[in-house]
Amino acid sequence: MRLRDSDLFRFIVFVLIPLIVIVICGFSSGSYYAGLVNLFGINVILVASLNLVNGFSGMFSMGHAAFMAIGAYAAAILTLPANQKLISMPGLPEWLIYMKLPYPVALIIGGILAAIVALLIGFPVLRFKGHYLSVATIGLIVIVRAVLDNEDQLTNGARGVTGLPNYASTWIIFGTAVICLFILYRLIRSSYGRGLIAMRDDYVAAQTIGINLTTKKISAFCISAFMAGVAGGLWGHMQSVISGKFFYIDASFKIVETSIIGGMSSLSGAVVGSLLMTFIPELLAPLETGIEVFGIRLPELYGASNLIMAALLIVIIIFRRQGIMGYSEIITESLFSAKTYSSVLKKSEYKKLCDIVAYKIKVFRSRLKSKGA
Amino acid sequence: MLEINKLSVKYDNIRVLHYISMQIRKGEMVALIGANGAGKTTVLRTISGLLKAESGEILFEGKDITKMSSHNIVASGIVHVPEGRQIFTKMTIEENLKLGAYLQRDKSVIKRNFEKVFSLFPILKQRLHQQAGTLSGGEQQMLAIGRALLGNPKLLLLDEPSMGLSPIMTQQVFSVLESLKKEGITMLLVEQNAYEALEISDRAYILETGNITLEGRSSDLIQDPNVKKAYLGGD
Repeated sequence: MRLRDSDLFRFIVFVLIPLIVIVICGFSSGSYYAGLVNLFGINVILVASLNLVNGFSGMFSMGHAAFMAIGAYAAAILTLPANQKLISMPGLPEWLIYMKLPYPVALIIGGILAAIVALLIGFPVLRFKGHYLSVATIGLIVIVRAVLDNEDQLTNGARGVTGLPNYASTWIIFGTAVICLFILYRLIRSSYGRGLIAMRDDYVAAQTIGINLTTKKISAFCISAFMAGVAGGLWGHMQSVISGKFFYIDASFKIVETSIIGGMSSLSGAVVGSLLMTFIPELLAPLETGIEVFGIRLPELYGASNLIMAALLIVIIIFRRQGIMGYSEIITESLFSAKTYSSVLKKSEYKKLCDIVAYKIKVFRSRLKSKGA
Repeated sequence: MLEINKLSVKYDNIRVLHYISMQIRKGEMVALIGANGAGKTTVLRTISGLLKAESGEILFEGKDITKMSSHNIVASGIVHVPEGRQIFTKMTIEENLKLGAYLQRDKSVIKRNFEKVFSLFPILKQRLHQQAGTLSGGEQQMLAIGRALLGNPKLLLLDEPSMGLSPIMTQQVFSVLESLKKEGITMLLVEQNAYEALEISDRAYILETGNITLEGRSSDLIQDPNVKKAYLGGD
C-alpha cells in the first residue's frame, strides 16, 4: 500500500495545498514570500520548457536566458507607456513607441519573437548531431547581451529598462505555468512526443520508422523557446527592472542546473527542481550574513549558498543521474487527470486513504518496537 | 520493385561499395550474404536513406529514391529493421508498436496492422504494457519486426535478424520470416547465417568487400562448391 496510489492523497498534495499557497500569495502580493512563490512559478515554465529540449529530445540547449531576454524586452516595449519609451528608448520606430498592447498579447508576441530567433539559430545548427547546439546557444546568449548593452537607443543600454508595470500577478504567472505544463504534458503523450523520445533514445531506429529528425528537433526547440520568451515577459514585469546582465550565462546555467536536479526527462522534475532551487538558496541566505547557532556566532560566509547548491548538483549527478524525479510524471499526471478531482466526491477514496495512513502508522510502530527490543 | 544500378558508397575517403547492381521483384525474398565488413549493412542503410550514395541510383517502383531523405523513403513504403534489435527499451511494447505506425494516418489500416502483428507474435499482445527492455533477445527482435510491419511496408529490409540469438530463437525468427513471405511481403534479408538465409530465400546475392561476386537462385547457390566452401562450412 502506497500513499501515492491514492487519488485523494494526490489531490491533497499536488492540487489542494499548492492551490491554497497560491491563493494566499495571490491576495498578499508584494510580500517577500509571495514574490518567491511567483519566482517559483516562472521557474517551472522555464525548466519544463527546457526539459522538452534537453530531456525529451536528447539535445542540449544552454540558451534559455537569451530567449527570456527577448521575451522580456519585447513585452516591456509593448506595454510601457509612450512617454517612458521616449526617454529610455528613443531609437524605436515611431509606431512602436506609441503602441501599447494588453499584457497577455505582449507576452505571446515576446514568445513568438523568441521562437523566431530559435528557428534562425536552430536551422543551421540542428541538422548536425552532437553538441553543436550547446555551443551555439551559449554564443546566442553572448550576442543577445552584446546587443542589449550596446544598442543604447533601442534598449537603454546597460542601464536597462526600469519601471515596468507590475502586471505579472500570481494569478497570471500560475495560470501561464499550468497552461504551459498542460501543453507540454499533452505534447509528450502524443505521437509527436513519442517521436521525440524515440529520437532521443535511438536516432537510427527513429529514422527507420520515418521520423524526420530535423523538423522534430527544430520544432521542439522553437516550442521551448516560445515558452522561455513568455516566461521572460513574466519575469520582467515581476521584477519591474530588466537589463542584459540578468539574462547572462549564469542565469541560463541556473535553469540548466534546476532541470538536472529535478530530472531532465520529467515535467514533474521541473516542478520539484524549481521548488528546491527557488527556496533552498533563500533558506541558506542567512548563512551568508552570519547567523547564530546554539549561541555561537558564525562568521559571514559570502557565497555559501552558491557553494551548497553546486555541491548538491554534484551529489545528484553522482548518485541519481536521472534527477530527483527520474522518469516519473506523478505531479503532472495528477494535475491533469479527472480521476484526481473526482476522488474528492467518492467516499471509498477517503476510506482508502485512512486505511493506508493507518497501515503506515502500524508499520512505523512495529519498526520502533523491534528497534527497542 | 527495387532496382539498384551501379551504386557506390564512401565512408569519408574509403569506398565500401563498388558499383553494385541488384534487383528485387515484387513478392520476392532476396538474401544478401557476405562476411563481416563486406558492406551488407551499408547496402541497406543506403537504400533506406540513412547513408548517402556517392554515385549510382536506387529506383523503387520506378521512382528514383537515391537522394530522398529517410522519412520520405519510409513514407514511400520501404521499412528498415535495423541491426541489433534497435527497439526503444524505455517505452512499453505498445508505444514501440505505435511508433512503427508513426507515418500512418488511416486508423483502420493501423488497426488491421496491429491485428496482423498480434496474430504473428501473440507474445507481444500478452505483454503490451510491459517495458520493451524486459523482453528477451528473441522477443525484442519480434518487436522490431512487428514495429516495422506497422509501417505498412511494401519492401522490408531486414538487417541480421538472427544476430546474437540462440539457435531456437533463430529458428523462430526464420519461421516468422517464412510466414511473412507467404503473406506476399517483399523482403531483402541481410544475413551472416548463410545456410538459413539460402534455405528460406528465393534468390541471393553474395557480397565480398563491396563487390557482388555471385548471384542466382538460392537453391542453386546452396549447391555451389565455392559458396559451400566460403559460407556454409562444407567442403
